[in-house]
Amino acid sequence: MNSPISEDDLHAYADCQLASSRLTQVEAWLAAHPERRAQVADWRSQSANLHRVYDNVLDEPVPARLLPAANARRWIDGRRVAAVVWLTLGTVIGFVLRAEIVRDPLPSMAVASLPRQAAVAHAVFVPEVRHPVEVGSDQEAHLVAWLSKRLGATLKPPRLDEVGYRLIGGRLLPGEKGEVAQFMYENLAHNRLTLYVRPDAPNTDGAAFRYALEDGIDVFYWIDGRFGYALSGSTGREDMLRLATLVYQQQTKQ
Amino acid sequence: MDSRAILAELPRLRRYARALVSDRAGADDLVQDTLERALNKWHFWQRERALRPWLFSIMHNLHVDGRRRDGRVEFRDGEDLPQPIQRAEQFDALELRDLERALTLLPLDQREVLLLVGLEDLSYSEVALALGIPQGTVMSRLSRARIRLKQVLAGESTPQLKVVKP
Repeated sequence: MNSPISEDDLHAYADCQLASSRLTQVEAWLAAHPERRAQVADWRSQSANLHRVYDNVLDEPVPARLLPAANARRWIDGRRVAAVVWLTLGTVIGFVLRAEIVRDPLPSMAVASLPRQAAVAHAVFVPEVRHPVEVGSDQEAHLVAWLSKRLGATLKPPRLDEVGYRLIGGRLLPGEKGEVAQFMYENLAHNRLTLYVRPDAPNTDGAAFRYALEDGIDVFYWIDGRFGYALSGSTGREDMLRLATLVYQQQTKQ
Repeated sequence: MDSRAILAELPRLRRYARALVSDRAGADDLVQDTLERALNKWHFWQRERALRPWLFSIMHNLHVDGRRRDGRVEFRDGEDLPQPIQRAEQFDALELRDLERALTLLPLDQREVLLLVGLEDLSYSEVALALGIPQGTVMSRLSRARIRLKQVLAGESTPQLKVVKP
């Protein structure tokens, strides 16, 4: 325990990071070495002065440009901003109206939020040119393992190659009660589809197939097993129904 | 973990960035890039790891990358120097301004360690995590930074100025 006092000890003492067992030793040593004591005091005043110079930044109002930094650059396109604003507004209005009309809104609310969330996620990431997905389809095994681990159940992206849509990849997004997965597909005409998969969906409504038009985005959604699925795209209701049916068939076979 | 936890760190990220970069707009650009990257990558963040060192590590990497990209040389002219401090009293405002200026004369690796320890009050192990270096390196950089800062403040060391004979 009585190892000689090192340079590191002195810094740790100055920074209040010294283990308490060592404290008395260092203090005793410093009492006998006034030059080093002055140096330690100097280090402390350097730190105190740093706080005096920069602590006012903590009290400054945070510039507005930093607050929506989560989304600002992704949503820089005005149309995307508009889509997101309308979808969010719709969610709020929808919530208020439903709360008025439906006496027991909770189970159906959870389902009703699925197409909106899916459409918001679709509107945000589909126009993305550089980073539409986090993990590309070239690493599909990794993608499946990663998403399955995160969502707590095996989740394989459906294959839509037979109808001309190639899997680009997937990403994880924060959802209401945990993480949700989004797979993205693209055809030769550069139309993009997203499949939004939410693991926390309640299983009460069975596998009813539903349709919603969310600000120009066609969304087919259903609950199956542990997951809620929502397929979003902009190629028209008929086409989307065909694609959603294909996804549904594949997912139920899994 | 949600983005609110990251947003709660905003004031400290801004303080550190301001001390690191010293021009206001550049510092906030760095914070903005840090936030964006953190929010994109937040599921890679391991929950057992403290959030703050992780955010500082993102900022560190972005800053180093940015400087490398700009081919930045450690040089400042008079207009680039920090503005006078508003809060401090008139008398020691000059002293504090000297400190701000002296910081800009420290090599980046020393400046980072000094600020993370002295200003951000991170533990040595957190600094090591944030900068991706061994703790022993943290200690040696800290030691050199403190010596160098004192020299600069004492006017002992101005290697940037060469004496040119007429």
